[in-house]
Amino acid sequence: MKGQKNILSSTNQAFEALQNDLLPRSFGGLGKLWVGVLLLISATGLFFYIRQLQDGLVVTAMRDYTTWGIYISNFVFFVAISLVGSLISAILKLSNVKWRTPLTRISEMIAVAAIVFAAIIIVIDMGRPDRFLNVIFYARIQSPITWDVIVISTYLLISVMLLYLTMLPDLALMRDKWVGIPKWQHKLYDILSLNWQDTTEQKRILAKSVKILAIVIIPVAFGIHTVTSWLFATTLRPGWDSTNFGPYFVSGAFMVGSGAVIAAMYVFRIHYGLGKYFTDKHFDKMGKLLVLLSLVYLYFNINEYFVPAYKMKGFESEHIMELFTGAYAPMFWSIQILGMMVPIVVLMFKKGRKPFPMFLVSLLVIVGAWFKRFLIVVPTLAHPFIPIDQIPESWKHYSPTIAEWCITAGTLAGALLIVTFLVRLFPVVPIVETAEDYGYLDEDGSHSQQDKIIEGHDNT
Amino acid sequence: MQKPENDRRDFIKLSVLATAGAACGSTLCSCGDQASDNISKKIKLLSQDGELIEVDNDILLEYSGPMCAPPKEARKGILGRKFVMVIDLARCGNARKCVSACQKMHHLPTEKEWIKVLKMQDNEMSSPYWQPTTCFHCDHPPCVKVCPVDATFKRTDGIVLIDTDRCIGCRFCMVACPYSARVFDWSEPEISPEVAALPYSPETGVPPKKGTVSKCDFCPDKLRKGEIPYCATACPNGVIYFGDENEDTVSNGEETLRLSQLLEDRAGYRLMEDFGTKPRVYYLPPVNRAFPFEEEETSAS
Repeated sequence: MKGQKNILSSTNQAFEALQNDLLPRSFGGLGKLWVGVLLLISATGLFFYIRQLQDGLVVTAMRDYTTWGIYISNFVFFVAISLVGSLISAILKLSNVKWRTPLTRISEMIAVAAIVFAAIIIVIDMGRPDRFLNVIFYARIQSPITWDVIVISTYLLISVMLLYLTMLPDLALMRDKWVGIPKWQHKLYDILSLNWQDTTEQKRILAKSVKILAIVIIPVAFGIHTVTSWLFATTLRPGWDSTNFGPYFVSGAFMVGSGAVIAAMYVFRIHYGLGKYFTDKHFDKMGKLLVLLSLVYLYFNINEYFVPAYKMKGFESEHIMELFTGAYAPMFWSIQILGMMVPIVVLMFKKGRKPFPMFLVSLLVIVGAWFKRFLIVVPTLAHPFIPIDQIPESWKHYSPTIAEWCITAGTLAGALLIVTFLVRLFPVVPIVETAEDYGYLDEDGSHSQQDKIIEGHDNT
Repeated sequence: MQKPENDRRDFIKLSVLATAGAACGSTLCSCGDQASDNISKKIKLLSQDGELIEVDNDILLEYSGPMCAPPKEARKGILGRKFVMVIDLARCGNARKCVSACQKMHHLPTEKEWIKVLKMQDNEMSSPYWQPTTCFHCDHPPCVKVCPVDATFKRTDGIVLIDTDRCIGCRFCMVACPYSARVFDWSEPEISPEVAALPYSPETGVPPKKGTVSKCDFCPDKLRKGEIPYCATACPNGVIYFGDENEDTVSNGEETLRLSQLLEDRAGYRLMEDFGTKPRVYYLPPVNRAFPFEEEETSAS
């Protein structure tokens, strides 16, 4: 271990400048507008949810056949997004990818926000949210829902710990060096920093803990999305009854998660002027990573749709035709082309991996991923084995109600709010880790290794 | 086998309280309405051991609700039974009396059908037919497997029931059931105050509750009385046979047949055997039909 200065006593000029760049900032006009809009959307969602609590799930368009709708597809979307935390913080860490440092914090924040709202949306979908604790009191281990509850709470715990523990040095820094902040904020950092003094022993324990967490979170991350896919794949329904579902979901999740991180990088780069940390090279690397992940996802898509389409087995063929040429065809092909093929092609080119085109591509990926989950959940339920007959016409087709859209939008806005407030309170780019990477804290005082670090590792 | 009187009293009290201990409901059915107006009169009962016993009328607890077990007892099933249903598709003329009887007796609204009469057609060349479709009370029920809270369960007598006091409304069972047998209370059920006042039992699913799943329950309240379900008695064409696999008999209320013989002679089959769900409902193929298939204008809505 090379000798490093204590962060709390370092007087390195570059380190000071770094802190100035990266300390959290109050909301400006645009920030306040952003928070206001998000609060408004969340409040609307809450309003409709209270009505749903009073009237029951009848306020949604879900009925006895299409019994799961956009709440469940939104749940799958949130779980998917949350996987990026493990990708950046764990997989890239363990494979010694140095350029990941500025991206770790934001990806963990996204992961935590997404997993919290995955849990919330699943309670929203319940017919009896008042009996939520039955899931614990009467837990049956045979049910994939029980597995999901276990593995998602585990993932939330590890993600929060990964976000929090890696932040300890930054918290201590803000506690000791950041003057002119409100008292409560200082108090918050004081409590949260757990008396971090940046001693060698503390650093050793932290490094070890983070490494253990980084290893543990990988199987749990695969677990959450595999188990989520099993909510569908353990049934007999056409379109879900697939052994491909686990890897299909996991690969899609890494893809949309990376898209979310890219979008966030772009927003903070522009809004906070963090071009020095979210550099063009970071976008280039993330672009290459996203191409790789998209190609893997494409591969699983081919498996998922081509093989049943080749066989055209009875009920399965109805489902496939509905997607390929039926009512859901426009959505299906838009998603496959705009949300998967176009990103692959654009990101193959160096010009496509510039920040702005990357931002647009990441939006395509995110929106496509949301609707893709809709197509995974809904059309299958519209094609049961026993013919749909003798029911009111409106029950046969599912198109979400205003209440459903507002509640769903409310959860999405809520997740963005969590990220926004986390960024308001905590550095979006890890200060101390970045300083370490740049060599600002080295005993010999040599620095500006920035370029070396970013260019030196080409392992996407 | 003589027991002290006290023991016996306790035993009877318990039986009447629970009403479930009895192997067959008919053993205790003499506790009728006349009980209320005669105070401290002796009453004759047939005990579970088959003895005729005489007890004080006032130790009997009055039970006003339908003949059904309380929630805990309802999980066990009726001792020694293995209920089975046989539906004769050759006789079904879409009279829909099964549907209306079921809805009436289970206090269901018209859009909620625990038994459906579906138009089926196996291929383009074959003739369509009507298929009354209930919950199949599978021996390998996919719905029970996925329930996270043990709200839906399989009993020893083969019946699959739902405890709507425990159901969390996740609807995973509805998604897991390949036969779409289950329905959901999307809003507060519209029921009369009398229905709302009935004692709850998973055996009747009454009173219904918002945000929970329900389905055909094979009418355990009728079975405890030694009767066949409402749909079977209501059918004017004797389509629905009901009985006990252990006794190897089924009855549609008019004729009682050997189950094994019936299935053998009429090539009985179960729906979608390849799912491995092992339904407890058999169908007899729609051959030599009693009625020609007629498409009716069924406006259920």
